[in-house]
Amino acid sequence: MKFLVCISQTPDTTARVAFTPDGKAYDSNGVTFIMNPYDEWYALVRACELREALGGTVVALHVGPAANETTLRKALAIGADEAVRIDAEATSSAFTARQIAEYARTEAFDILFLGKETIDYNGAEVGAMVAEHLDLPYIALASKLDLEGNTAVVERDIEGGVEVVEVNLPFVVSAAKGMAEQRIPNMRGIMMARTKPLKVVPAVPVEEHVRVVKFTLPPPKAGVKLVNPEDMDELVRLLHEEAKVL
Amino acid sequence: MVLVYAESPRGQLKKAAFEAVTFGKKLAEQLGQPCAAVVLGTTQSDPGELGRYGVSRVLHVADERFDILDSQAATQALAEVARQVGATTIVMSHTSTGKTLAGRLAVRLNAGLVSGVSGVASVESDGTLVVRKSVFSGKAMAEYAIVSPVKVLSLMGNAIRLEVSGQPVSAEVLTVSAPAPRIRVRAVRTVEGRVPLPEAEIVVSAGRGMKDPSNWGIVEELAEALGATTACSRPVADSHWRPHHEHVGQTGIAIRPNLYIAIGISGAIQHLAGVNNSKVIVVINKDPEAPFFKAADYGVVGDLFEVVPRLTEAIRKFKAAQ
Repeated sequence: MKFLVCISQTPDTTARVAFTPDGKAYDSNGVTFIMNPYDEWYALVRACELREALGGTVVALHVGPAANETTLRKALAIGADEAVRIDAEATSSAFTARQIAEYARTEAFDILFLGKETIDYNGAEVGAMVAEHLDLPYIALASKLDLEGNTAVVERDIEGGVEVVEVNLPFVVSAAKGMAEQRIPNMRGIMMARTKPLKVVPAVPVEEHVRVVKFTLPPPKAGVKLVNPEDMDELVRLLHEEAKVL
Repeated sequence: MVLVYAESPRGQLKKAAFEAVTFGKKLAEQLGQPCAAVVLGTTQSDPGELGRYGVSRVLHVADERFDILDSQAATQALAEVARQVGATTIVMSHTSTGKTLAGRLAVRLNAGLVSGVSGVASVESDGTLVVRKSVFSGKAMAEYAIVSPVKVLSLMGNAIRLEVSGQPVSAEVLTVSAPAPRIRVRAVRTVEGRVPLPEAEIVVSAGRGMKDPSNWGIVEELAEALGATTACSRPVADSHWRPHHEHVGQTGIAIRPNLYIAIGISGAIQHLAGVNNSKVIVVINKDPEAPFFKAADYGVVGDLFEVVPRLTEAIRKFKAAQ
């Protein structure tokens, strides 16, 4: 079995959010970047578990500049066998999806994994785009994935529950919470990651259909209004008359 | 033409579809274009009812091949309907269905896509459409310009108010070609009787301050009194006190209800990321230093085991007087 795991890099979950003075870009000054949690905890770990059970190869792929190779090395330390970096800034979902698809065409992958979304731009767009470029089935928001021979049985999160679906390989899947448990790389994994192959591939040009106008921070909250814990009728009154939500 | 894909998962036209139609109709007015809605698959109610939300044409591909969500078949169908009616802007919902389809349709139509849109900022004279969305898990807002001739948008749940502005219409039945589905559904498991979290207008959520899962009765009772959906924080879901599908936050479900009541949740930044788009936040916590109070509109500093039943009683009294 051959598994491709698409890895994105995002600001740390506790990083402050700030933008450049023109409001056009994220201000990454002093920010620590991490592997996108959905890609790492669920997609990558599940791919590694399947490889451990069935044999095969896990390839971790990232679209980004050379500085991001530490994220790919971490993916190798967690258990990926090989890494590929597409050498370009990931400027949009459409750009990233096209790069992933162009690379995926060159090898016969059985399952292409992504996280359900990145925690910075929250698009949840790339997986469906990759699947369309490659004309493969796509299952989004998968919280469980098992293989029965050449068929995958996948639970996908739907509003208020889950749907259990089956699909034949190959296909594209986006991973949600539940598909696997986070793995902390051990010392052996970190040592081995140094010598695993990391290939750099040039990007293909993509015409952009969407551009950023500006980013803004939400206005600060007016401040909390404290209500006497003995007087919940007052809270109900405020929610009804002032906030108008009851 | 603006074409709204009104989703009908498991044959049901629900709030997400009504919101998409309401939004699409308003966008069409801004663009000075007509608007139509399309429904794929057989439905339990008459798709013509969508006319209530202001759309004058409802197209119904009443073919049971579309009753399950297969992204390839649905994309083929939507692309064909868009071509038949000459639609250049396609609107859908940012739901599990929309997340499965929007990217795929955008590639198929060579369209620019913005997902999770919460509103329209402007329509430029050259046809550029500028839309707003929440980014960085609710910690910032972004405006994106879609500059391509064909555009795809998916609308965030609870981002706009439903508006009834028309009458039911008679749905036009269409046939389209589509490949045989490659995805088969084995089973569906849904939680009965509760509004799903992403659609809920009032959410009552509790955290580690509850001390033990056996104490959840007071949360359930408050939710019951409010007609709310229950949720929980990550530590609570991780220790299996509550099911995972109740977990709201950065790595759980992101929600934007009108009212979010947080009980015994300290308000870690990862939790706030999933809920800070809520319109009004009430925090109940015995620790006045809990960071959640900084993000709250109303706060109650007190013992939740006393405050919550008291609030439930006050809600019941209020509802009875209404």
